[in-house]
Parts: sequence; C-alpha cells; structure tokens
Amino acid sequence: MKKSIFLGTLAVAGLAAGLASAQTLADVQARGTLKCGSNEGLAGFAAPDANGNMQGFDVSLCRAIAVAALGDAQAVEFVPLTSQTRFTALAAGEVDVLVRNSTWTLSRDTDLKLDFKGVNYYDGQAFMVNTALGVSSARELDGATVCIQTGTTTELNLADFFRVNNMTYEPVPVATNAEGQQQYLAGACDVYTTDMSGLAATRATFESPADHVILPEIVSKEPLGPAVRHGDNEWGDVVYWVLHALIGAEEYGVTSANVRELAAAPTENPEINRLLGTEGELGAMLGLPNDWAVNVIAAVGNYGEIFEAHIGENTPVGLARGLNAQWTDGGLMYAPPFR
Amino acid sequence: MADTTEMPQDKFRLSQLLYDARYRSMTIQVVAAMLLMLSLAWLVDNTIQNLAALGKDFSFSFLGTTAGYDINQQLIPFTSQDTHARAALVGILNTLLVAFLGCILATVIGVLAGVLRLSKNFVVSGIMTFYVEAMRNTPLLIWILIVFAVMTEATPQPRDFREGGGAEMILWDSVAISNRGVFVPKPLWGEGSGLVVAVFLLSLAAIFILRRFARKRQEQTGQQLPVFRLSLALFFVPALLVYFIMGAPITLEVPELGGFNFVGGIQIRNSLIALWLALSLYTSAFIAEIVRSGILSVSRGQTEASFALGMQPNRTMQLVILPQALRVIIPPLISQFLNLTKNSSLALAVGYMDVRSTLGGITINQTGREIEGILLLGSFYLIVSLIISSVMNLYNSSVKLKER
Repeated sequence: MKKSIFLGTLAVAGLAAGLASAQTLADVQARGTLKCGSNEGLAGFAAPDANGNMQGFDVSLCRAIAVAALGDAQAVEFVPLTSQTRFTALAAGEVDVLVRNSTWTLSRDTDLKLDFKGVNYYDGQAFMVNTALGVSSARELDGATVCIQTGTTTELNLADFFRVNNMTYEPVPVATNAEGQQQYLAGACDVYTTDMSGLAATRATFESPADHVILPEIVSKEPLGPAVRHGDNEWGDVVYWVLHALIGAEEYGVTSANVRELAAAPTENPEINRLLGTEGELGAMLGLPNDWAVNVIAAVGNYGEIFEAHIGENTPVGLARGLNAQWTDGGLMYAPPFR
Repeated sequence: MADTTEMPQDKFRLSQLLYDARYRSMTIQVVAAMLLMLSLAWLVDNTIQNLAALGKDFSFSFLGTTAGYDINQQLIPFTSQDTHARAALVGILNTLLVAFLGCILATVIGVLAGVLRLSKNFVVSGIMTFYVEAMRNTPLLIWILIVFAVMTEATPQPRDFREGGGAEMILWDSVAISNRGVFVPKPLWGEGSGLVVAVFLLSLAAIFILRRFARKRQEQTGQQLPVFRLSLALFFVPALLVYFIMGAPITLEVPELGGFNFVGGIQIRNSLIALWLALSLYTSAFIAEIVRSGILSVSRGQTEASFALGMQPNRTMQLVILPQALRVIIPPLISQFLNLTKNSSLALAVGYMDVRSTLGGITINQTGREIEGILLLGSFYLIVSLIISSVMNLYNSSVKLKER
C-alpha cells in the first residue's frame, strides 16, 4: 500500500519534473541540438521526405532557429506531438520551441503559460466535404457527422459555429490528422474540419483530390505561430527575431541565393546591413553571432522562399499567399524594424 | 531456595538496534518509513516548485467553467455551454457503461470458452486453446483498433443505404449496420406504458419468488414443480396481456435515412462497439483460464461420487462442481473486472468519449490543468476499482467455504 502511494506520487511529480529552465538558449547551445515540437505528419508543414528528412513550412522555421542558435540546420531533434500533448510537452521542457500549427489565443498565452512569438501563418478554420454530397456551403451541414481533432481551437469553434447557426452535428473525435484523414476517406464522417491550410495539405495527399471540396466559409481566425515557455524572454526574443528576419528578408529582397553576396560588404540599404550584421551589433544583443541572419537565410531561404517551396501554389498543397503576403502586397506579414 | 540465578539485568545499548534480532526489524521499518516520507516530501516539494517556476497555480476552479466542446455519446444531456465538471460526468457515465457491458459480455464468453476448453472433443478444445492464446498474447490496443477498423472499413456508409446504394437494412428494415455505428429501433413510451413496465417488473419478482418457493418445496417434500415452464409463462403472459389491454402503448421508432445520416432510433456508435467487443474478447481469454482452473481444482472424485449418486452431468456441474469452483474463480475474476474497467481508458484510440477522453483529454488540453485533471482521473479510477472489488468481495464471501 505504501509502495503504491509512493509510485502514484512519483507519477504525479513526474508530470512536472522536467525543470522549466529560464535559460533555454544556453541549454540549447550546451546540448548542441534544438528540440523542436512538430506535427506528427502534415504534408507541406511537417512531414518526412523520401530520405526520412523532416521537410516543411513549420520544419523550416525550426531549422532557422537551429541555425541562429547553433549554426547548423541539421542540429534539430524533431519531437512529434499530437494536438493533445503539445502544450504539456512544451511546458514540461520536453521541447524548446513548439512550431506545430498552433493557434495563438489569449488563454493559451496566459493560463497555459506559453508565449507565442509572432505568426508564421494566418489561417482560419474551414470544412472539407466530398463533392458527391452536393454541399456548397457550411450552412447546409445541419445533421452532418464531423471529424475533429481533439484538443484544438477548431473543436471549440466547431461547437460555436453549429450552435450559433442553430444546427446539430455529430462530432467524431480523432487524435491525429492521419486518423482524421482515414476516418474521413472511409466515410465515417461527412465533413473534416481543421485549419484551411491543414485541409489543403491533407487533401494534397488524397488519391483523387478533385473529389473533395473545401467549403468557402472560414469560420474562425487561426493565427498560427511558434510558441515558447512563458518567462524566458531571451529565448523568446531569439525565436521572435528569427521568424521576423525571414519575413524581413523577403521584404528587402534578400534570398538564399544572394544573401552571401549582400553580406560580403555593406550595401546601399542600411536596413539590410543591420539585418545581415554588416552594420551595428544587433546579433550580440540577442546573444547570437553577428552574422546569424546571414546563416539562417542561406540555410532555409526567406519567408517567401519557404512558403513557395513547401505550401505555395506550385506545390501539391497549393495555397495562395492571401493574408500571408507581405504588408507591401496587401498581406499581414510585417517585420518590425531591425534597428 | 535462595540460589535462584540472578538474571543479568541487561541495560539497553544503542548497538542492539542493529545487532539484536528483537529490535532490528523495527529499526529497518523506521528507517524505511523515514526514507519514504523524505522522498514523498521531495516529490511534493518538487511539484510545487516547478508549478511555481511555471507560474501556475493549483486549483480546481476550471471545473466550473464552460467546456465549449461537444460530446457525441451522452447518457445525460450535455451541450457545449455546460461546465467541464458536467463533461467529466458524461465521460464517467460512458466509462461505466462500457465497463458494465464489457464485464457482462467478458464473463459470458469467458465461461463458455473456459468450459469448452475442457471439452473432450479435440477440435472444440483446440479452437478454444487457440482463441485464448491468441487473445491474451496480443496487446489490447491492437484488438481495439482491429475491431474498429473492421467496423469502419468493412461496413457501408449511410448514403449506400439509399436506392441503388448496394446496402440494405436487416431485420425487416429496422436495423442498419453502417460505418457510423449500428442503428437500432428506439422504443417510444406512450401513455399507459408505465403500467406495462410495472406489470413486467412484478412478473419478474413473481418468477424469483416462484423459484424460491419451488426449491423450498423440493427440499421439504421432494416434489418438483415445472419451474422453467411456469417462469416462461410468467415472463411473457401478464406483460403482453396488459400491453394489448392498454392498446399497445409502446411503439418502435425505426431509424430512417434523412439528410446526411440515419435519423430516429438509437445509434450504437462504432467506437462503443469496438471498445466493448475488444475489451470483452481480450478479458474473456483471461476469464476462460480462470474458469478452467476453477473447474480443474475440483477433484475428480467429486464428479465420480456425484455420478455414483445417479446425478446427470449437467446437475453435477450445477450442484457439485460449480459451487466449489466458484471459490477458486471469484477472487481472480475480481481483478479481471478491475482490469477491464481500467483498460477502458484506451477509449481515446477510437474516439470513444470516456472520462479519460473528456476530463483527462479535452478538458486538460483546453484548460492546461494537467496535474489537477490527472489527480481527479486517478481518484475516479481508484474509487471505481474499490467499489467493484468490495461488491465482488461481498459476493465472494457468500460463495466461499463457510468455516464454522
């Protein structure tokens, strides 16, 4: 009896045992690898390629952070997390940063003690149905059976959407995107709902993507971004500025092709010079080498390059830039000044 | 007389704590208890410190806030505007439902398989041996997923039940087996149906009394009553009579295709079926072995003595072997029931909304209260297990050898 109490308490304490450290950057550098919480498999965002290397839009941000902190794009340990386990894993110190299509919300920012460091994809929740159903609007879905990943904001939005529109539905909870895809294709649910980008990525892996239509209604705002533990501001700054260096680089026309050339000597544009470290000491302020942004952009490209390579219109996922275009092109991507 | 030897008055020395067998065990226990306390204190302290480092507090107030999510299988009404506490309650009821159904089916299959494994027929006992070994030597999760995959992949979609869809409802168009679950007719309780139910319950009571009376009479006079036929008549006749007198108040609502899915009737979801069947099949393999060992524990002489008295084989089983075998069977059976209940927490694998999925899954995830949620979840399973084992212990004490 005593023993079982002991083991029980051990298990409880184990939940909180990963000591939340306040100097993640130093820990990452001492360890030599970045532990990045990633999706367990979502084409275009985080999925292994034919050689088993993780590739994708979110993966590239992990690699960019690894280049900044460690100088090596391969020094990343990807920890696949489900929508249920992701925040616990981050809070418990299992991962250093979470880049996993996670929506920035007030309660996650405060009550879950996370810090979202910007937005790398402005998304919204949508519905996908088989064209054979002949449905053209989400408002025609009364009585439908809906597959939904548990532990997500979409789960809550779904409940709100159907309630506000006085419609009923039958939720079929699934744990992972792969499971949802399998259930949806087997016809165990009429509708699959998740973020628009996730639907497009999932549909891209179907045998006949044309048989499935994503309904026009976007029922929520889903700003997806990298999250870190609350309270470690230095590490949060690194993640924030790596993301915004990628966004800024696109704005200033710095690409993986020309970044070495531009960094060789100061250019006409002082903003580029400060970004690439040929002017000022911005890197040192972050606790990074002064040429950190050069290495990052050389390794993974700028935001636009990453977007086009993994989820852009020329990929099977085929997403338009939309809200994720640069602010100069009418989008929401806007990097604060490097100064 | 004065030469009684003076007993050397030993003064207690500290070293005796270690070297004297009288005190040593006490010393070890005290040290062990202290170490246990220390590690407990360390664990609690560590948890508190880490919670503080994360800036989190320890509070159960999240139970009173709006859940915000929907649950498909509800035994009590639940909407997304209800609280997390009610969501947990819905989950608890779902857990209890699958555990209850599972325990019954597992016992039925287990007893059958256990008895058949002792069959003299080589084929029957061989098949049962294969069944038992295959079931208990593969992980439960795999069986859950197998049953679920069969239910979702091998059954037609609701829209296949439309004209020309290639699927048909069975049992006079009243039951539909689809990949969303099995749809069965739902009884509608019209006016006067309460009386029918009351009469039916009364006849059940009457059957019970009749059986007791018959047994008593047989013990006293040796005369037997046709108990089975009388019970059968009591079971059907009064309730049916009242049913027709009241003008057939209970009708069936047959599921029909409407919109996306079947409407009306009762939907038994695939997740429930998969979990229920897999839990039952898996646990039944263990129960079969328990039953077999119980029967084998009754010595052969008992059977022979019973035969010598002229008893039929089934009476021998019922009156001589089973009462003795039960003493061996019940205690390990309790732990199988507990296992089944706890194993039902694998429900999330097929999206069955048990307490692990609602309180321990979605609620924890949406509120970030891992420690509180897991503590509640743990105490729930602890309480349920203690209740099951105390009920079963009561039953055990009623069948065990009465020692006087």
